[in-house]
Amino acid sequence: MALITSELKASYAFVERNFFLTRRYWGWELAFLVYSVAGALSISLIGAAAGDDRLLLTLIIGAVFWNYLSVVFSWIADTISVERWEGTLEYTFMAPVRRWTQLLGSCLYAMAYGLVHTAAMLLVLLVFFPQLRPESMNLLTAAGFVLLGSFSFVGIGMMAAILPLLYVERGAQMTFVIQSCLLLVSGVYYPVSVLPGWMQVLSHLSPATYVLAGVRAGLLDGTPVTGLWGDVLPLIAMGIVLIPAGLWAFGRAERYAKRTGKLKRVG
Amino acid sequence: MTTTLAPELNIARPAFEDAAASASATVATAPALLVEHVTKRFRPDRRKAPVLAIADVSLRLERGSIHGVLGANGSGKSTLIRLVSGLLTLDEGRVEVFGLDIERDELAVKRLINRVSVDAAFFKKLSPMENLLFAARLYGLEAEASRRAATRILGRLGIAQSRLGRPIEQMSRGMQQKVAIARALLTSPTLLLLDEPTTGLDPRSKLEVQAFIEEVNAMHDATIVLTTHDLAEAERLCDRITLLRGGRVVAEGTTPELKRLVAERYGQPETLEAVFMTFTGRSLDDDVEEDGETDD
Repeated sequence: MALITSELKASYAFVERNFFLTRRYWGWELAFLVYSVAGALSISLIGAAAGDDRLLLTLIIGAVFWNYLSVVFSWIADTISVERWEGTLEYTFMAPVRRWTQLLGSCLYAMAYGLVHTAAMLLVLLVFFPQLRPESMNLLTAAGFVLLGSFSFVGIGMMAAILPLLYVERGAQMTFVIQSCLLLVSGVYYPVSVLPGWMQVLSHLSPATYVLAGVRAGLLDGTPVTGLWGDVLPLIAMGIVLIPAGLWAFGRAERYAKRTGKLKRVG
Repeated sequence: MTTTLAPELNIARPAFEDAAASASATVATAPALLVEHVTKRFRPDRRKAPVLAIADVSLRLERGSIHGVLGANGSGKSTLIRLVSGLLTLDEGRVEVFGLDIERDELAVKRLINRVSVDAAFFKKLSPMENLLFAARLYGLEAEASRRAATRILGRLGIAQSRLGRPIEQMSRGMQQKVAIARALLTSPTLLLLDEPTTGLDPRSKLEVQAFIEEVNAMHDATIVLTTHDLAEAERLCDRITLLRGGRVVAEGTTPELKRLVAERYGQPETLEAVFMTFTGRSLDDDVEEDGETDD
């Protein structure tokens, strides 16, 4: 019990530090939020222009929930690249902290930050489009899918975070490409059925596909979670596989970086 | 339960679990640092042969000593520090810190050591206090006690309390280096690895830091490994000195022993500069010129 308490305290170090960073970069945070809201509005207005409320809500869901997933992914994937950028990576790796503790702290902050960021976006969109009626939506289904999807994205984020460990200069760029590919194949703004066949295969490997399908079913049609096992089960399976796989891969990458001296280099 | 390891600085350490308990029992008898036949190679390119960075290096530091490691740029000083820090894996040999194996007892060892490197690496937008608080939490220290200790240590190093809340990027290089030293001391390391800690500091700051190193060594029973290009600093601070050349130990002894050796065997002046030039095979000017171009 004492071990868990001390590890949780160490995890909080990363939560607090990331909060400090967000606070210091508040100008950029505000700019990022404005950009995200403007982007979501621009895309949603395509649905409004078509005079189709269902299309409008489909696009809003895509914009808002992709924002959440991508924010979570980015914070976790940048766990290493930010420290490399600042030159603090060696100090953090020298500290008596288990790697899962560090990643847990990063994940907790990523999810909290993502929720606040996305809630702000959602609020603006609801004000902008008063014709949307939240009372007819199954919000519980949406919340459930966001939670389940978060675990899968945490796993993918951990695996992406190792890229800056392995590739000092190109690692951060690679994580950006992974995020872009997930956006493309996950049916964020369109049904995956319009994708070429080989991309549809890839869409089944992206947790975002199931999250967005589940959230849309809940918010557009009011479907409860219990009616969406086809989307729930893949997400549970991905969470179970991807988080341990991410931790394992991170450990291997750390060992490789220590063997080859790649912790030292500053990005 | 907490134990106070550095009463003058009032730095509280949490009671760590079993590993730390067994560590403290071992700490009393074992050498502070034991490096045995350590070798490290790097392969910068798959098509090229590995480069030997550290070759069969052995060291033994007794508790409470200050041990200098001197050598030209690229001689392996920083690599040796990184190996002891656990930031690099060993190809051959073993390293023990107070009797604990750095690979097998990794977490327990990490609690005993800290390091200051030549580059003061911080989250530059964060304040000194925010950076130090982050470090303190990683080492399991309580936030409030750490705030008080950080204020006290930084004050001792000449950094006013009014500077502690501003972004660290607004500080001079010398002040940042002092904050780096404070970060290391905040965790009450029993083995402190100082990798050129005074490089880039003005003469006054350098003297302040040197005095503080002596104080930490004397009052807190910290064992210190110091790499430096400043021979006067080495002479002032170090009980024993090891000279590295090409990753190998080429000489080791107390400063008087080394001086006497070059005078008697090589007919050189009885100075530490003569020791350095004799054993590293190059002039001090060459070394200083290369500083910043290459890294150890």
